[in-house]
Amino acid sequence: MTEAPRRVPVVDYLSLDGAGGPVLRANACTACGALFFDRRNACARCGAREFEHRPLGTTGTVRAFTIVKRAAPNVPVPYVSAVVALDGGGVVKANIRDVEPDPAQVTLGMRVALTTFTCGTDVEGTEAVAFGFAPAT
Amino acid sequence: MADDLWIIGASMTPFGRFPDRDVIDLAATAALDALDDASATIAEMQTLAVGCLTEAPNMLGQRLQKQIGQTGIPVYNVANACATGATAVRTALLTLKAGEADMALAVGVEQMGKMGLLGSAGRARPEPAGYEPSGRYGSVMPVEGILGTQLMPGVFAQAGMEYAYEHDGVGFEQFAKVAEKNHAHSALNPLAQYRKVFSLEEVMGAEMVAYPNTLLMCCPTGDGAAAVVVCTGTKLKTLDPGVRRRAVKISASVLTSDPYVESDTAQPDVSTLTKRAAAQAYEQAGLGPSDLDLVELHDCFATAELIHYENLQLCEPGGAGDFIDRRAPWRDGTTPVNVSGGLISKGHPIGATGVANLYEVATHLRGEAGDRQIEGARVGLTHVIGLGSACGVHILERATS
Ligand SMILES: [Zn+2]
Repeated sequence: MTEAPRRVPVVDYLSLDGAGGPVLRANACTACGALFFDRRNACARCGAREFEHRPLGTTGTVRAFTIVKRAAPNVPVPYVSAVVALDGGGVVKANIRDVEPDPAQVTLGMRVALTTFTCGTDVEGTEAVAFGFAPAT
Repeated sequence: MADDLWIIGASMTPFGRFPDRDVIDLAATAALDALDDASATIAEMQTLAVGCLTEAPNMLGQRLQKQIGQTGIPVYNVANACATGATAVRTALLTLKAGEADMALAVGVEQMGKMGLLGSAGRARPEPAGYEPSGRYGSVMPVEGILGTQLMPGVFAQAGMEYAYEHDGVGFEQFAKVAEKNHAHSALNPLAQYRKVFSLEEVMGAEMVAYPNTLLMCCPTGDGAAAVVVCTGTKLKTLDPGVRRRAVKISASVLTSDPYVESDTAQPDVSTLTKRAAAQAYEQAGLGPSDLDLVELHDCFATAELIHYENLQLCEPGGAGDFIDRRAPWRDGTTPVNVSGGLISKGHPIGATGVANLYEVATHLRGEAGDRQIEGARVGLTHVIGLGSACGVHILERATS
């Protein structure tokens, strides 16, 4: 009998156990609403010090992309890196998945949806889960 | 009224790879050449600012003094990413403005060798044996390549592509034309690391690094140094006529950092701080972009140069693609940009860059730029940006006699 492997998000702003499936969660400034993905000391926009977790939209628009062909030896290339503006607020960088890494196949302004994938397994068999975006229909 | 600020000595070493020399040799060469150019001695310098991204924490300024003159003056070791050199100059200028000095030396230097386009990030990083969240994002492993790219070629590629998303008439070809121009310009500059002309087809057909930037659209790593001697207007009046005649006025000196924008969560914004720096510089100088006879801007990648046409108000809003299409930034165009060859071909020894572009503009304003001289140049602008971010803009004017 085998147990399902333990899964951990590759970064803590990816939540895998939301009721509606995987979602990105930002630290939102309670004073001005600015969104951040990192651990905060204060708000870079207004200086306030209170934050709340806020789940972000799972669909968005590609505002910029690049197709990376040269990288460190253990980073598989080519891959598509993009800046995605999420519906409802928040801007995030991630790979575009399920698309040919070809400038004829990736378009500025294309609609995408959040997806997750396993990006590694550690010595104890724990799987790291990352997020990316795939073309949305 | 505040005193004027002047450059009275300027120098740069050739940019390239100099494995037989060390970073102090490079800095000393530029410093001594700038002092000679100013007909000044190290004993007259009341402050010293030395910019070097890699060696600033190791007291490079004091190590330089031990080769060219230990006079006991205040030394500032400066690091500010790719704006390091401009920040060192500005540090020297601030000591003049503060009244602590009336003559000062600023040096920018870097010895990078063949570290590779991606630097240390180009080496494989070991993955952890067990997954434990760490750092500000609670990451369990290095995420470069997993959550997009944060390396320079990709960041600046995406900055350019965002401009292409927002504006018509900008694509791979327009970005490539920037590099075609800068390689062509560098053929006239004996100090440039590379001096080879490439066709647009060759630029576009070179190895793709991070679309749309091919290898010929990325700056190389290298070694080099540059230096300026600066002084106040009051001091200038006491100097020899030969020095006064060649003096170049610093009409604006601005340093900005990146203000909050929503997209900071994805990657640093290289445009807003540049727009702010340019606007402040034009106001300080009482000049506008139409007054510029030449511009040396931070073309670390071809995509970067294109967006800075707009950020520095060299083109109409949304018009950067048209600007390069009609060859406006070529040396025979309406606004020559990077006639030195720019970072793409002249080279980019990080700490030297922001001082070397002052050397370039000052040399044109003095009418001493040889084959690459922009005839009759009276006003020029320099711009550097360090990702993270820091932006330095200076406007220089020829002395009116
Ligand atoms: Zn806030």
